[in-house]
Amino acid sequence: MAKLSYHYPLSIRIWHAINALCILLLILTGISMYYVDPDRILIEFSWAVKIHNVTGVILSFSYLFFLIANAVSKNRKYYKMPLKGLMNRLVKQSGYYAFGMFKGEKKPFPLTEERKFNPLQKLFYVLAMYVGVPLVIISGLGLLFPESVIKALFGVSGILITDVLHVAMGFFISLFLVIHIYVSTIGHTKSANFIAIISGYGWIEETENETKSEE
Amino acid sequence: MKKITRILLSIFLAFSAGTMAQSDSATSDLNLDAYRQVNDFVDENESCFECHANTKYVLIDEFFGREIMQSMCKDKIVTRDEYYSMVHNSFACLDCHAYEYEEFPHPLEARLEQPYQCIDCHGYDENYAHFRFEDIEMEYMESVHAKGIENFSCWKCHDPHAYKLTIGADGTSISDGIAYNNDICLSCHSDFSRFELLTEREEINILETHDWLPNQATHFGSVRCIECHTSISDSTFVAHHVLSSDKAVKKCAECHSKNSILMASLYKHEAKESRRRYGFINGVILNEAYVIGANRNTFLSTIGIILFLATLGGVSIHIIARIIYKK
Repeated sequence: MAKLSYHYPLSIRIWHAINALCILLLILTGISMYYVDPDRILIEFSWAVKIHNVTGVILSFSYLFFLIANAVSKNRKYYKMPLKGLMNRLVKQSGYYAFGMFKGEKKPFPLTEERKFNPLQKLFYVLAMYVGVPLVIISGLGLLFPESVIKALFGVSGILITDVLHVAMGFFISLFLVIHIYVSTIGHTKSANFIAIISGYGWIEETENETKSEE
Repeated sequence: MKKITRILLSIFLAFSAGTMAQSDSATSDLNLDAYRQVNDFVDENESCFECHANTKYVLIDEFFGREIMQSMCKDKIVTRDEYYSMVHNSFACLDCHAYEYEEFPHPLEARLEQPYQCIDCHGYDENYAHFRFEDIEMEYMESVHAKGIENFSCWKCHDPHAYKLTIGADGTSISDGIAYNNDICLSCHSDFSRFELLTEREEINILETHDWLPNQATHFGSVRCIECHTSISDSTFVAHHVLSSDKAVKKCAECHSKNSILMASLYKHEAKESRRRYGFINGVILNEAYVIGANRNTFLSTIGIILFLATLGGVSIHIIARIIYKK
């Protein structure tokens, strides 16, 4: 039985809002710089650079907050992903999204007080937050301070490698954003998850049995 | 006035008939043989280098038996190493300078000689046709230097005693070439003592006039001044039509785009074959250079676009299924 619960505390919602705004701006300005063309301007280059730099620094601090908050609070437990049985859980969740939900099957890993993310969500969140974002921040800082980047690695410009890494991670985070927003429509109602991340109140299952069996 | 000057000069020359110059430093320990590998006039040139390769020289008045130590003007110092490694390293000094320079003190006529310009020797010469000196001369004549400054000449930028080919020359890295080329501009534009010899303008602070430029130090180290301050042309090796500052490139996208103007200037001669086949990115990988917006990794872009379209496709199919199944 689903119930409305205060699922997202204010600190998480503010952090999420800052992240969302920063990442949207970074993607837009990033695309403007990557596909810059004097004839087809999305955001004028010098403005794109300024906005990208400032937003990137804000995102870096926001990420620092995430790391510290996860280190000192219980929030980190939502990101724990035991490798044992991981594949089965991923297949189960993917099967639900691909077929189960259309057949009216029950969610294999419904949201509870103890489980904010289903296994597939968790995998993408861990990849985004512990691989994608740190790499994009480190490479971004390298591009912000190009003199700090090694001149060449195996004969290839160090700054070019940094940029390729930055752009590749930017692509990855952009894809994550598209999937993240779309999957958010698969909730209690299509808008329930969006309302939840703004108001803090989301629909969760009352039972915790399946949470225990998963982890 | 000129007449008085000449009379005074004649009197001075008459009195100084017994005057000679002598270098303060010994030349015996010089390895002139190394220079003889590239130049047949090393010994003749030594009569000039004896003084002009040093920071000071001794002026001797044999008549009165007096000696005076003089410092050599900075602009008149020519080091042997630089001279014998420049583009004209096989020359005798007197190939370009008047024979009157053999006299000391050098007569005024010699010191006021009109130096040869590049076009005087290289113009319409098949051996140098690939440099297109005629086009360079035409571009130069249109430049702010030629039009706006009296007595400007090739040698104000290209040190006749040390000039080297850099960008486009074998064995020179792009970054070294950029530094060398920018030093040429900065030798006047950041040295007021030289700048004021040619213009009445007030001193320019390059850092302040370029304070609009993001990552200023990176830009200064990564591109030549002429990339933005000349009218880029495809006909010459190096653009010589230097523009007035109000016409300089200020739009970022002119360089930071797929059709970057750097393609027609700084990277014009590099990795042409690679660029022809794969575009800018692969060319500049070989150059160890990087320009945001211009370096579009075609492989990365393709993979990115495929993944993005695949994601949108997957999402679209899912949306359609949800509409059909009313989920």
